[in-house]
Amino acid sequence: MFVLIVGCGRVGSSIAKSMLADGHEVSVLDENLEAIALLNRGQQQSWEDLGGSFTVGTALEIDALLQAGVERADAFVASTDGDNTNLVIAQIAQRRFEVERVVVRVLDPGRAKWYAEQGLQTICPTQTAIELLEAAVRGQIRFEGVAG
Amino acid sequence: MYALIVGAGKVGWNLARELVDKGHEVSLIEANRRRYETVEEELEHAIQYGDGTELWVLERAGIERADLVVAVTGDDEDNILICQVATEKYGVDRVVARCNNPRNLQHFELLGIKPAVSATDLILRLIEHEVPKYGLVHLLDLKEERLEIIEMEVGEGSPADGIRVADLGLPDGSLVISVLRDGGGFVPVGDSVVKAGDEVLLVLDIGLEDAVTQRFVGRSEAA
Repeated sequence: MFVLIVGCGRVGSSIAKSMLADGHEVSVLDENLEAIALLNRGQQQSWEDLGGSFTVGTALEIDALLQAGVERADAFVASTDGDNTNLVIAQIAQRRFEVERVVVRVLDPGRAKWYAEQGLQTICPTQTAIELLEAAVRGQIRFEGVAG
Repeated sequence: MYALIVGAGKVGWNLARELVDKGHEVSLIEANRRRYETVEEELEHAIQYGDGTELWVLERAGIERADLVVAVTGDDEDNILICQVATEKYGVDRVVARCNNPRNLQHFELLGIKPAVSATDLILRLIEHEVPKYGLVHLLDLKEERLEIIEMEVGEGSPADGIRVADLGLPDGSLVISVLRDGGGFVPVGDSVVKAGDEVLLVLDIGLEDAVTQRFVGRSEAA
């Protein structure tokens, strides 16, 4: 499938690399040209030599989304560092470009929950951390440290 | 009326002051601490500190009983989301959003946020009014109805110059509703003749502008 990832920080770049390694077509959009360094890090070849594509542009600019291939995306990941940007572009991908699978990172648990109820697939790292930490504190689960 | 305004910039602050003066109950929400403190000196309890895109901040300000929510922050994504949750989650009847970048107006429309007010667009309209292209001025856009009302100047030597209104050859979906001449105006009939220098008001379907414009552009202007 063709995956478009908007926001190339630690999260976006990691998803991009693993999707590309799995043989998917991956396009990444970020407003910062230097974000490509995260895609190249730890790789034998550059991101583009490996077949990935990278577009510099602002997520709210339709031209940038089009250039990054939003019209033929099968999956869309909104992973910029701003909740509000993510929620708006995810809805643009879903409603205007009718991307089949849209996932959006939302740090604020309140809005992650409400937008999930409205039909957006929101992932809330804060809520996940709260649940895991709480389970660890209660001794229900035990972490041996994080690999990677 | 209870009005909730998010964003205490120049627009939000002045708007809050005007509404308070008119006797309305107003709450203003501002996310920047320093800005909040400045405005608080004047508005006191009418301003709250917090990120107005977060639900609990809106709830603390009583969004559920707001008659009007105005989102005038400097970020279009924030303004979109504030109005979206106001209407869809809290059932607020009236929202007004500020659109900072006119290129984002399409996103407000897509998500059903209206009205979205763009200062840039408004100023552009005024400029257009002062410096019309081919004498064309947009007087009114009725987006929902897909109609617009424009003003055209009849160009010297244009196809319309010296022609009866009935013979103007305007496309279906357009109509001359008045003619302004020598400081006065009249509603024309089919036999009324328009001439160079007249200003003609037309109502037309959106999309016919180019076809209509051609009839009024003089030869020298078209070149």
